[in-house]
Amino acid sequence: MSDEDIVNNNLTALVVDDSPMIRKLHEMHLKKFGLKVQVAENGKNAVDLFRCGASFNLILMDKEMPIMDGAEATKELRIMGVTSMIVGVTSLDSIFERQAFMEAGLDHCFTKPLTSENIIFLLQELNNKNNEEN
Amino acid sequence: MAIAALKTQRRNLVQSMFDEGVLDNQFNQLQDLQDSSNPNFVEEVISLFCNDAERIITELNRYLNDQNVEFSKLDSYVHQLKGSSSSIGAYRLKLACVNLRQASEERNMEECAGAFNSIRREYYVVRSKLQVLIQLERHIVNLENQQ
Repeated sequence: MSDEDIVNNNLTALVVDDSPMIRKLHEMHLKKFGLKVQVAENGKNAVDLFRCGASFNLILMDKEMPIMDGAEATKELRIMGVTSMIVGVTSLDSIFERQAFMEAGLDHCFTKPLTSENIIFLLQELNNKNNEEN
Repeated sequence: MAIAALKTQRRNLVQSMFDEGVLDNQFNQLQDLQDSSNPNFVEEVISLFCNDAERIITELNRYLNDQNVEFSKLDSYVHQLKGSSSSIGAYRLKLACVNLRQASEERNMEECAGAFNSIRREYYVVRSKLQVLIQLERHIVNLENQQ
């Protein structure tokens, strides 16, 4: 994938995190790579967005959030039939907890902090996914 | 020339923060996200981080001073602070959070108190240095705009 391909995409993303700082940071990380980004402050808001008909190519999902956490939101979205790429971003360090989060229906799980390398990887995965579906 | 001297000062300050482990490479990632279309991005993120951190430190202090410490609540807050510290590149503060989580898991109140003091200390160190950095940054931008 050329650098131009990476930035000239029509990809949309949803950042789900209860920390305003993390939302701002991750939103900017994704915008730098040309994605259109929306944010949600907990799992329930994310699910509600989808229920109202919104859709996104990529969801960055925090684990620990009030009202509805990342694992619950991920399960709910998958039950609803959402096929977006859902990527956990968490500071959980226990392998057991990460595994449980993956099993909720994640495509990938990264440890915080998110880096540009992580995003490049995700864009390549999204590109592959698009190619398979077309 | 004033701008060059300020830029050297800024460079030296950031370097010293890296050398002392106050910041790690994640801070570089943060700086790389700022550009002419988002000239205040770093300052805004630092401001959000400080709001978050101070709120959490207040809560941690409250929970640690309770007769019956609610360790699960404590853990949840430390976890949040660890996440935001690592995301901004506040390395020593992140380590202090790891220590408090450890002490909390072991239900060791003395260790918890010590670890919490480290968190407070490391937070004030990183906050004051970042504030100097922001001031330098603003000064440089003002001088550049005057040219």
